[in-house]
Amino acid sequence: MTDAPRRTALDALHRTLGATMTDFAGWDMPLRYGSERDEHVAVRTRAGLFDLSHMGEITLTGPQAGQALDFALVGNLSALAVGRARYTMICEAGGGILDDLIVYRLAEQEYMVVANASNAQVVLDALTERAAGFETEVRDDRENYALLAVQGPEAPGILKSLTDADLDGLKYYAGLPGTVAGVPALIARTGYTGEDGFELFVAPGDAERLWRALTDAGTDAGLVPCGLSCRDTLRLEAGMPLYGHELTTATTPFDAGLGRVVKFDKTTNDGDFTGREALTAAAERAATNPPRKLVGLIAEGRRVPRAGFSVVADGAVVGEVTSGAPSPTLGKPIAIAYVDAAHAAPGTKGVSVDIRGSHEPYEVVALPFYKRER
Amino acid sequence: MSNPQQLRYSKEHEWLSAAEDGVATVGITEFAASSLGDVVYAQLPAVGDTVTAGESCGELESTKSVSDLYAPVTGEVVEANQDVVDDPSLVNSAPFEGGWLFKVKITDEPDELLSADEYTAFTAG
Repeated sequence: MTDAPRRTALDALHRTLGATMTDFAGWDMPLRYGSERDEHVAVRTRAGLFDLSHMGEITLTGPQAGQALDFALVGNLSALAVGRARYTMICEAGGGILDDLIVYRLAEQEYMVVANASNAQVVLDALTERAAGFETEVRDDRENYALLAVQGPEAPGILKSLTDADLDGLKYYAGLPGTVAGVPALIARTGYTGEDGFELFVAPGDAERLWRALTDAGTDAGLVPCGLSCRDTLRLEAGMPLYGHELTTATTPFDAGLGRVVKFDKTTNDGDFTGREALTAAAERAATNPPRKLVGLIAEGRRVPRAGFSVVADGAVVGEVTSGAPSPTLGKPIAIAYVDAAHAAPGTKGVSVDIRGSHEPYEVVALPFYKRER
Repeated sequence: MSNPQQLRYSKEHEWLSAAEDGVATVGITEFAASSLGDVVYAQLPAVGDTVTAGESCGELESTKSVSDLYAPVTGEVVEANQDVVDDPSLVNSAPFEGGWLFKVKITDEPDELLSADEYTAFTAG
């Protein structure tokens, strides 16, 4: 690794568009192009276009690729149908979360794992090590993909005008190879915004052509380029966890309220997988005596809670904020926080967040804050 | 971004109008507003507060962060902009006009306030 930030294939275009750039996991990425609030609202009501080329792609091929993933991850990936995708995690032997992932099964013997930019190398190393005993090849594909996302209610219409692919037949959490604006792409109906939308994995050399085609096709529908700032408020409203905030090596999937992603009933490898023993214990602990639970908090006032701020009740610290921001959709500050089980029930009274010494009242709610109408 | 010639500027990105009867208006620059992103909450000093040059006298909260508001001069606050408290986005949309923050009766001012040209050069670096 060098100290110079990495730049995506769309870097020059972002600068032409006047983006405010920011360092993100060693990448120079667009934070926003204009107002992050306007970008957020565009995704909720029309459409937004994101460059997510910093995400880390890792491909597994071979007769035992599925078994290798079953052993390396907490999910049951060998049972995934070709063309479908799954949200899953990779954990340490001790149960701590190394990363959350989306895995696409592209063919009978081919899977693509998409890791967070900040964890891509960790995931690549762990997969390489854990897959060693299986008939599979683990390939670092980070240099081979750019990733564009079109998100929002107008996204299907915009994409339909550029592709013959059967988008109506493409379910949420599915992906198929196709061509968009003449560019070969893996078209996936996934995203991180709480809206309908698509993620398009393409060769870096095709990224700018595809971006321009999407921009041209989407202008009338109100599509705007969007940066990582609004992506964060969108995922926060949708209650989606972010690695490094809600998810860390100090938390297990059960601590994060995401125990459902752990599949103990795998049929491959005699049901063994990395972290099985520790996660079995974590599941029992979460069911019988959870220390803290992940909840939503909605402000009564206007001051914004940030990651690391204490949640207090009756003068005592009862939790910690993991993510917080003003919510454009709710018009109030919101936060995700780990809170002691005694104060975690929706509607619990008397909960505050310590915002630089001032205890601001907050309402405890169930996640997510926002759910789109289907 | 153009910085109005008739204003003076601090290195903490506040602007200060010329004083009339000893009272000057304070805001943050377009450069600062743009760096902050959408401002969603403004805590301004209250009328009657004494502010001290270079010291924090309030805060501006944006989507991604919170920043201290520094006083460019020392003096007594004689007015706070209630319009900005009600609609903090004024700081982004009109930083040199309707998005002004407070008015201060100056008792002392530091020597290092910058001219518009000096501030433009400062932010370009």
